[in-house]
Amino acid sequence: MEKLRATSNLRRSLKSLLNRRLSSGSDFTHFNQKRSFQTSFNWIRDYKSVGEVNAVQYRYFSSVSTLVQRNPSFSTLNSDDISYFKGLLGEKNVIQDEDRLETVNTDWMHKYKGSSKLLLQPRSTEEVSQILRYCNSRCLAVVPQAGNTGLVGGSVPVFDEVIVNVGSMNNIISFDKVSGILVCEAGCILENLISFLDNQGFVMPLDLGAKGSCQIGGNVSTNAGGLRLVRYGSLHGNVLGLEAVLANGDVLDMLGTLRKDNTGYDLKHLFIGSEGSLGIVTKVSILTPPKLSSVNLAFLACKDYSSCQKLLVEAKRKLGEILSAIEFLDDQAMVLVLHHLDGVRNPLPTSMHNFYVLIETIGSDDSFDREKLEAFLLSSMEGGLISDGVLAQDINQLSSFWRIREGVPEALMKAGAVYKYDLSLPVEKMYNLVNDMRVRLGNLAKVVGYGHLGDGNLHLNISAPQYDDAILEQIEPYVYEWTYKHRGSISAEHGLGLMKANKIYYSKTPETVQIMASIKTLLDPNGILNPYKVLPHSINP
Amino acid sequence: MKIMVAVKRVVDYAVKIRVKPDKSGVETQNVKMSMNPFCEIALEEALRIKEAGLAKEVVAVSMGLANCVDTLRTSLAMGADRGIHVEAARELIPLTVAKILKKLVEVENPGLLILGKQAIDDDCNQTGQMIAGLLGWPQGTFASKVVLDKEKQVVTVDREVDGGLETLCLDLPAVITTDLRLNQPRYATLPNIMKAKSKPIKKYTPEELNVEIKSDLEVVQVTEPPKRKAGVILSSVDELIDKLRNEAHVI
Repeated sequence: MEKLRATSNLRRSLKSLLNRRLSSGSDFTHFNQKRSFQTSFNWIRDYKSVGEVNAVQYRYFSSVSTLVQRNPSFSTLNSDDISYFKGLLGEKNVIQDEDRLETVNTDWMHKYKGSSKLLLQPRSTEEVSQILRYCNSRCLAVVPQAGNTGLVGGSVPVFDEVIVNVGSMNNIISFDKVSGILVCEAGCILENLISFLDNQGFVMPLDLGAKGSCQIGGNVSTNAGGLRLVRYGSLHGNVLGLEAVLANGDVLDMLGTLRKDNTGYDLKHLFIGSEGSLGIVTKVSILTPPKLSSVNLAFLACKDYSSCQKLLVEAKRKLGEILSAIEFLDDQAMVLVLHHLDGVRNPLPTSMHNFYVLIETIGSDDSFDREKLEAFLLSSMEGGLISDGVLAQDINQLSSFWRIREGVPEALMKAGAVYKYDLSLPVEKMYNLVNDMRVRLGNLAKVVGYGHLGDGNLHLNISAPQYDDAILEQIEPYVYEWTYKHRGSISAEHGLGLMKANKIYYSKTPETVQIMASIKTLLDPNGILNPYKVLPHSINP
Repeated sequence: MKIMVAVKRVVDYAVKIRVKPDKSGVETQNVKMSMNPFCEIALEEALRIKEAGLAKEVVAVSMGLANCVDTLRTSLAMGADRGIHVEAARELIPLTVAKILKKLVEVENPGLLILGKQAIDDDCNQTGQMIAGLLGWPQGTFASKVVLDKEKQVVTVDREVDGGLETLCLDLPAVITTDLRLNQPRYATLPNIMKAKSKPIKKYTPEELNVEIKSDLEVVQVTEPPKRKAGVILSSVDELIDKLRNEAHVI
């Protein structure tokens, strides 16, 4: 009895850690609804630092209403449409029930809400193709949807678009144990793929907080980043092929399983990260690396940002082949985590430090990896780059260190209102933005910086007791302009969706956006696929 | 006073255990190994007693294959003063471990011997009791609180028993086995990992200690618990009633 109790306690505490890791990993945003609309559609009025051409564009934008208008060229659903879909998919997969529609109309942060009257659940590529062919002929707008865990309002309707959810297409088609190539349908939940591969001795090349709900089709369509990016690279490298259905119902079979294939334009890349605006991804083939048994994690303290940077450079040089993640958080983030999350303990309790860095290694030989990591850490400590640190001795400690980094978004949510920005910036300048914002905001709000140091991806978060226009005016467009000035990206990994569709010019030139618009027109002439998202609203195909 | 702590290297408890295809045991190749969590708690308690000025030295002992030294290094990085590794090529049953510990106690003369109440791999929960029996020392098992009185040479131990706590007072020297709620073990900091590198680990073989390694037990087989079958979604109450009546035979 006693034994049972004790071991189940151990398991429970581990499980709760894991669960928390699941539920808190991604960097969710939480504005109230009213605020989100204002921030999303508040055009950049005084955007002075862009060139003349952009300014023209923006003047054009500012004439657009502050709220997005439904595109009048889209039809509305009628009873013939419903009977067509019922004939095609069967009663069960044509959903008009209001409760079920409520869930798929709302994003998981409850920040965006559409008013779709119809959810379709196709079970095969053929059915997706038929749906789109029909919608295209009727000019019915469509929102492709997978796990609906996006952070920028890309996976929910804006108005009455038909929701095509690929969740029922969840079969693993094949797995090649020699090459590690997995072929599966778009609706496979990431975590299911992870555990399927685990049994085969392989891992998914991506891992993110939402893995329990997000689906691979959505991951590919949004080019999801996550924790393993520094090691395995982005999905542009790991997705070997995919099958997508175009707006007119044509099926593009690009489901190759070859690592090398230089025959013409590599069109699959258009569907990776285009957020469902060019086609619906129905199948993917992914290159998966073998699972390595040795995982080590150090939780370190640095006295300033320049030490963090030097540590990054050194880690890449000295841990190169085993380095799997290098993440950072500042003291403000640490204070929030310790204050707002239950059961989190400061690994370095003797004093507070300005910066905390997590370095994870994954390799095949535990004693070798450990020795290497220890030697690196000790020399960095002697060199003054690290002021203090701890090294996880078991998986439980490893999870609890990760919990601190991954718990930052959750702690921010608990702290009150939060303005969130997901930016790619040159590593050496990344933290200057946090300092600048602190000066700008003074006592108005707390500015928190954390993120993927190894990828140059800063999560800039501004935490205040409540949402306040005075604060927002200090942040936007300053943050976007700052990012533009340093040739960064206003969306490192979350995508543009609805939230940032009109902000694309901060990171892409008008010429580039024009080409994107031409591609959109070519593949989706009626613009029925995921309208109002990704591309600026001034561009109507 | 000297405190001796036994630490065991086990499959990390967060690892999903796999049974070997021939059912002879669990897979340990390429699997993350860590210090048994109960041993970590035992070590932490010893370190706290030492830090309170009630003990002079903490000695960590591990037995088994050569890589038990990793576990001893972890102990030293947490703060143990030195390590003892009794190298054995095969798995040791609790009675053998207790016999070896007895020999080491005779060499080291500790005033207190602290062990985890059980190892999470074999779940035996026997070693502490056996060594207390072999030594003729009093034992406080499943300790959730330990208070040492140096002057009176006694230790008060709160034990977690089903339905409550039992408080015992033991004369030193004594054996204590630790439960989960006794303390929260510390992390190994980099400066301590550095210091640990120069701390000594002494090696013994069972022969040197005059202990014969034999086993009266034979593991017949190790099997996985039955897998839970996937559930089914039924479309109507009638179908449910039918299943309950004709398949499950419960109504």
